[in-house]
Amino acid sequence: MDLFLQQTSDGLAFGGIYACVALAVVMIYQATDHLNFAQGEMAMFSTYIAYSLLHHGVPYWWTFLLTMAISFIGGVLVERVIVRPVEGTTVLNEVIVFIGLLAIFNSLAGWIWDYTIKPFPSPFPDKAPFGITFIGPHDFGVIGVTLVVLAAVFLFFRFTPVGLAMRAAAQNPDSARLVGIRVGWMLALGWGLAAAIGSVAGMMVAPIVFLEPNMMMGILVYGFAGALLGGISNPVGAVAGGFMVGVLENWVGTYVPFVGSELKLTAALVLIVTVLVFRPSGLFGHVVVKRV
Amino acid sequence: MDARSNAKTRELAALASGAKLSKSQLLGLALALLAALALPWLVSDYRNFQFTLAISYAMAVLGLNILIGYNGQFSLGHAAFYAIGAYTAAIMMEQGGIAYYWTIPVAGLVCLLAGFLFGLPALRLEGLYLALATFALSLATPQMLKYDAISRWTGGVQGVTITKPDPPFGLPISQDQWLYLFSLAVMLVLFVCAWNLLRGRTGRAIKAVRDNPIAASAMGVNTALYKSLTFGVSALYTGIAGALGAIAIQFVAPDTFNFFLSIAFLVGVVIGGLASIPGAVFGGLVIVFIPNFAEQVSKAAPWAIYGVVLILFMYFMPAGIWGFIRMLYARFTRKRGTEKATRALADREQPS
Amino acid sequence: MLHRNLLLAAVAAALTIGAGPVAAKKMYGPGVTDTEIKIGNINPYSGPASAYGAIGKGIAAYFKMVNDNGGVNGRKIDFISLDDGYSPPKAVEAARELVEKDQVLLIFQSLGTPSNTAIHKYMNAKKTPQLFVATGAGKWNDPKHFHWTMGWQPSYPGEAEIYASWLLKNKPNAKVGILYQNDDYGKDYLDGFLKGLGAKAKTMVVAKESYEVTDPTVDSQIIKLKDSGADTFFNITTPKFAAQAIRKAYDSGWKPLQFLNNVSSAIGSVLKPAGFEQSTGVITTVYQMDYSDPQFKDDPAMKAWEAWMDKYMPGADKTNGNYVFAYNVAYTMVQVLKQAGDDLTRANVMKQAANLKHVKVPLLLPGITVDTSPTDYAPIQCEQLAKFDGKEWHRFGDVICPK
Repeated sequence: MDLFLQQTSDGLAFGGIYACVALAVVMIYQATDHLNFAQGEMAMFSTYIAYSLLHHGVPYWWTFLLTMAISFIGGVLVERVIVRPVEGTTVLNEVIVFIGLLAIFNSLAGWIWDYTIKPFPSPFPDKAPFGITFIGPHDFGVIGVTLVVLAAVFLFFRFTPVGLAMRAAAQNPDSARLVGIRVGWMLALGWGLAAAIGSVAGMMVAPIVFLEPNMMMGILVYGFAGALLGGISNPVGAVAGGFMVGVLENWVGTYVPFVGSELKLTAALVLIVTVLVFRPSGLFGHVVVKRV
Repeated sequence: MDARSNAKTRELAALASGAKLSKSQLLGLALALLAALALPWLVSDYRNFQFTLAISYAMAVLGLNILIGYNGQFSLGHAAFYAIGAYTAAIMMEQGGIAYYWTIPVAGLVCLLAGFLFGLPALRLEGLYLALATFALSLATPQMLKYDAISRWTGGVQGVTITKPDPPFGLPISQDQWLYLFSLAVMLVLFVCAWNLLRGRTGRAIKAVRDNPIAASAMGVNTALYKSLTFGVSALYTGIAGALGAIAIQFVAPDTFNFFLSIAFLVGVVIGGLASIPGAVFGGLVIVFIPNFAEQVSKAAPWAIYGVVLILFMYFMPAGIWGFIRMLYARFTRKRGTEKATRALADREQPS
Repeated sequence: MLHRNLLLAAVAAALTIGAGPVAAKKMYGPGVTDTEIKIGNINPYSGPASAYGAIGKGIAAYFKMVNDNGGVNGRKIDFISLDDGYSPPKAVEAARELVEKDQVLLIFQSLGTPSNTAIHKYMNAKKTPQLFVATGAGKWNDPKHFHWTMGWQPSYPGEAEIYASWLLKNKPNAKVGILYQNDDYGKDYLDGFLKGLGAKAKTMVVAKESYEVTDPTVDSQIIKLKDSGADTFFNITTPKFAAQAIRKAYDSGWKPLQFLNNVSSAIGSVLKPAGFEQSTGVITTVYQMDYSDPQFKDDPAMKAWEAWMDKYMPGADKTNGNYVFAYNVAYTMVQVLKQAGDDLTRANVMKQAANLKHVKVPLLLPGITVDTSPTDYAPIQCEQLAKFDGKEWHRFGDVICPK
């Protein structure tokens, strides 16, 4: 029972990270109708910026906010300057640009800050609240932060006019223009917000896995998987998906006998894909009906 | 409209759909072929090796292109089929002692089956979800290849070293030259097959499924069957590419066949030219030579240069290299065509 | 008549022998001129092993120092290092470019077991030295079948056997849990350890967990190992995962006797991020000096190394153990070149590499030297066990040299 609790809580802790990444993925999907492969690398780059700020003596929470702001601006700039020329061409062309961005951010981070691992501080106190011991204080904090960000995103999309405008701009740009929405700036806003959320994910993840340029690669995959498993049109679903992926991975590795850890990744992915085959829009997503 | 202009219209339509080649296109093709055949004697063995690799990647790119460009599906998992082809060749040659040329058809058949079987459940998935499923395939491939239980054949984490084949009949050429010519021959056969397939009825059905699946099924095209078959054919091409690549490199190791390789194929498809057979050749060259170019430009951050090159290609050649060449060709011939037409008109309006 | 001819012949012979050593002939292999020697290298500057790119940079900086001081026997070293991204196909391409296009004399310190395996046959077929490869796999010490390939660092299986022997002698009833990277390097350590335990492996090893280098963490594996009831932990991980494993073990309340593979034993890059308190008690084998280790602070060789770092790699992180490694291995290469003198053919380079006798490489631990012979292609075999006491690696026992 103790093993089960430990693996589950570890899975939830990591699921929190996946959920945070999944949120950034959903954000950009809602805003632009595309998946941005470079999301993870941008988050990693933001975390390095935070690292530099901390090294220059800026206190943690100021660094946190400043990094979010810098990432927001960075995201907007990337969209306006680099992605805009291919918006309107095919999806594949945009994907190639995203891949290019991925390569650029990864390589630049390695060049500027080198490839050795760097410890990154956790803002959370040494003991988890309510005397909880089966889950560490940082892991608890991560889950908390993820839920807060989720609430903010959910409220933003559902109840603010800007959020509505963004969704409209993404799903039907032409009609959106007709009602006066500045589609271009909506896209830029979406990228900025996604970059900001990504930077939060990066700063939450770095204390656990240590900061290095390849930090986000493995995590991004699980973030995507979580977002798609839960349903990419639904932020709540995506977060649930992220947690599920985290716990599932640990359970499969621990309890499925012949799998062990040598096939853990394979088994987890097979499971996710199987679920998708039976529920092609994700567990909580809307089913899109195709009309002739 | 007289009979002659009817015939001319039909000929133009055939040219546009790629069903027929104009005289100048045939000439261009012949020249390219000649250059490709002469290559082994014009460059060093090391370059031959690089071009052999480019041929292998070009076939993989064509495989992926058949799926994405002509059939409208998506895959980030073709590294898996490349791996299956490579390991088939390795196991046949090293564990089975079978000659290298038999590995090509076997790798193709094994991957045809694998692709078809993967395509079946993938039918239910579209767009992003298909992307994730194929992505998952790419991620799982190295781990599956390293699995202890099958390591007796696959070599497990150590991989398998392959012996390089010698030229047949004691021909006075080097191993690298022979491998290049062999790979070139396989590529030409496969490319001609693809061209035939895609311009015939099957090709039209495949493209119909891409353009309007609902209309296609309403017209009696079994979309499910065609989609799975296309996956299978796509995997076949990539599998053969993997076998050739393994023989050229003389080594297969599990961690090489990861999702970065799948992404490289995708880059080759788009930069080479989507939905085009000649584009695949450029795709293969791009995969081999752009990283080297990037490393020469900057030792410190070569992949940043690679990323910049990718983005620049998308800005200035959005239809890929082949699309760019076609555009140039069209501009050039249209200009000349306009001159000819203007002169013809002027002649006709001349009072007799 | 015959008598006089014989006398003349004897005098001629005496004159020749007595005339002193014959002037050394200059024999050059590819890549060598009167003023330069081309040396090739393949390193992962990108990709999953990019942290080891520091080694390539360190070697380049060392050769620059050598060149600034006049080179080796008057020849400067032209160091050509290519990136293979830790990918065997790229390694093959790089090796062919170096040997066929750049015409290097030898390839030095190519990194990574898979990359070196990929070019193993090629290098030997081309009779080009694949010298001091940067991997500890056991297979490089095979002069009979692969005359042109030689390793440098102590082999992984050899190190694992040291831990196994120690356990058999000092803690024969240990319950061992193992965490290993699921690739050639990890399996090499694992197999060596199991072999070292011999028949007792089946009863002593209670849990084995693997991880992929693409995994984000190893937390889940550590939890499983703890749950298996193991009281001894063999930690076969690369630096990032080593730090994670050490920390997670501590955080989860598991306090086993821990053996950490030498690959991840640098204080600055692994133990400090993991936490000094968390790392106390960890055992490893060492053969090099660690800059972060206070006991070497005043050592003259260490001071010389620091001065070199300050001048040729300004701003680089001195706690990164790769820079000590690079310094040592480059020193060994220069030693081989010095011994070769003016006979810089590939064959003689290999001959001199197999002729290193008690070479005192500056930052190797006292008592450990580089030794090779035509039947012994393992330059460094001796290591010493050391325990981390929260500040430094405290060596104990004798220097162990496997037979």
